[in-house]
Amino acid sequence: MYINGMASIAAQTEEDLFAGNLKSFQQNIFPATIVNYKEYIKPMMLRRMSKAIKMGLVAAKQALNEAGVEVPDSIIVGTGEGCKQDTEKFLENILDENESFLTPTAFIQSTHNTVGGQIALDLKCTGYNMTYTQNSVSFESALIDAKLQFAEDPDTRCVLVGGVDELAKTSTPFYNLDGQLKAGEINTAEILQSESGGTITSEGAAFFLLSEIRTQDSFAEISDCMIYREISEEKLEEEISWFLKKNDLKPEDLDAVILGNNGDKRFDHYYHQLQDTIFKNTLQLGYKNWVGDYNTVTAYSCWLGAEILKRNEIPQQLKLNNLEVKQPKSILIYNQYLGKNHSLTLLRSL
Amino acid sequence: MSRSVAVTGMGIFSAIGKDLEENHSSLIHGKHGLSTPEILETTHQKLPIGEIKATNIDLAKNLNLDESHAFTRAALLGTIALKEAVKNAKIKDFTNIGFVNGTSVGGMDMTERFYREYENDATNRRFIQAQHPGFTTEQIASYFGINNYVTTISTACSSAANAIMMGARLIKSGRLDRVIVGGTDCLSRFTLNGFNSLMIYSEDFPKPFDAERKGLNLGEAAAYLVLESAELAENKEVLGYVSGYGNANDAFHQTASSENGEGAYLAMQKALKTARFNPHQIDYINAHGTATQNNDLSESRALIRTFKEMPALSSTKSFTGHTLAAAGGIEAVFSLLAIKHQQIYPNLNFNSVINETKLEPVTELKSAKIDHVLSNSFGFGGNCTSLIFSKNG
Repeated sequence: MYINGMASIAAQTEEDLFAGNLKSFQQNIFPATIVNYKEYIKPMMLRRMSKAIKMGLVAAKQALNEAGVEVPDSIIVGTGEGCKQDTEKFLENILDENESFLTPTAFIQSTHNTVGGQIALDLKCTGYNMTYTQNSVSFESALIDAKLQFAEDPDTRCVLVGGVDELAKTSTPFYNLDGQLKAGEINTAEILQSESGGTITSEGAAFFLLSEIRTQDSFAEISDCMIYREISEEKLEEEISWFLKKNDLKPEDLDAVILGNNGDKRFDHYYHQLQDTIFKNTLQLGYKNWVGDYNTVTAYSCWLGAEILKRNEIPQQLKLNNLEVKQPKSILIYNQYLGKNHSLTLLRSL
Repeated sequence: MSRSVAVTGMGIFSAIGKDLEENHSSLIHGKHGLSTPEILETTHQKLPIGEIKATNIDLAKNLNLDESHAFTRAALLGTIALKEAVKNAKIKDFTNIGFVNGTSVGGMDMTERFYREYENDATNRRFIQAQHPGFTTEQIASYFGINNYVTTISTACSSAANAIMMGARLIKSGRLDRVIVGGTDCLSRFTLNGFNSLMIYSEDFPKPFDAERKGLNLGEAAAYLVLESAELAENKEVLGYVSGYGNANDAFHQTASSENGEGAYLAMQKALKTARFNPHQIDYINAHGTATQNNDLSESRALIRTFKEMPALSSTKSFTGHTLAAAGGIEAVFSLLAIKHQQIYPNLNFNSVINETKLEPVTELKSAKIDHVLSNSFGFGGNCTSLIFSKNG
């Protein structure tokens, strides 16, 4: 699948990423950067939209714009936690008002496929519309679906695929209570060296306009994607080699790996093991210390990988080792969250 | 892309029965499962719901789970239904099996119960992640040891239908040879109050396709199918085939359906196209038929646009209530039962046709030659899905 357009909204801007100006945060929960949503969405509509809808719709429109496509054939969205802001708004009303005097607005926007539905509504796109919500493989599930679409239907020319997740004022801080987030004083820039459990979180959206046939706008390729609910550390290396072999590659052929290290001492050993073995001589990049970890942060990593291939440039602040790569051609993304829902995604330059 | 997709097992748990046999018996005896709430703790004590009369403690015992388990009610119902499906299909090895689960609110039952407790009481914090649909899917997958391709589709009321479609596509493409598909949703205050606040919740039993219909009634259920490639299914009893599927978006409104049912029409067209069928080949339509003013009129119009001669039609939501994400799953099971037993299940509580469209559903159990069944499931976000099940591959 070729990428013809893409856009990302996250806690860091594209300019800061490539200028080496990434910022660190002193909290374990931090929001996405401010975007001028008004440029893309009418103010009347904007008022009713939660952050996930706004970020999703704008990233989708920017990706379409870049590819010069008005309406895609299909829309496939991954979102691990969906529209949490509207969910907690409606839930709190139920609890506070003891199930009476409720207005439905928050309820109707609380379903997990709201972003996908709103994009379809905005674009008047009556094509295939799907939403995956499987924790940290939600975006990858959407990618696999897109791959099938192209394989089975010759009429499918372009598919819009994206990942989006938002913060919410009560449900996100719950992650302080069940060990998902780091306790104590935080400097996000340093968390990958952390000796404690938990991570940091944020929000974002990244969307891609994909086509099966290479066009003049194509700038990178998503070659393959696999998901695993569970995989042992012993089997991981073997599985990665098999995945690469299926794509005519060996681990040493990769120019870079984008790893999901999030500073959670309990689970980062999945990455450390690979960093010390099959990827020892490969450029290793980490990014979650800058943009946080959330279910669809891999959509950001996919955007990041494609941007690196497009620019032929490595953001220096992301380097986990000191290797140099002049012309990156193939990049592997590996991710897991809490030791589960692992994914492998292979990107290639054109 | 010509591999046919066989159904080799199915399992169901709904308000009209804890397994296939009980569900079938209720369907043929016209016994609905609607009642007032007994298990769900709600102030709406008079609203009819399709409730499964078993507590979470009963369900957990049935599965031999210890007290510290983190199963949501949807996971409990789902695991029981999935157990029946895999037993039916004689599956013992889960190594290379995929799982696509449909659920809309996942573990919302736990979130609404413990939301105000998490901060000060650590007892139930293992349910903090339960708010998100993937959590429920993982509980079910871990019970059986399904470890590779596991994902969740959450497109509101078409979730399970979409999961079935995705499973069929995974097999057709050769990406997998065996996939478990379907969905689960439990009753929750969140959804009950949600639909009630939309003013589309009926205070009486649901009357799909009736001129006097007053709205929908929610239900809870889980149902799964085991899908296998024709090669794997060769020496097995095959219950039917997934021969067609289509998804389209109404692109009209977040919750309401368009007047002429464009999304529904497109979904049915696509399903007929993938099956390479003409509309007249469909013997029975298991409609979405929620009994809301909006859906039944819009769906009727889409049906009339699709079918010159209307096949036998009924909405079995009059038995089970609208089970949201699970609806496409239980209605797939009912469609396959219709093929197996060569019978059409009635649309209960029907008296008079909708003036504008005049569709007359089947109101009594009826024997008929059934080779192909079309099943509709539509959801919020304009999400419309049609599936076609066939007797032969």
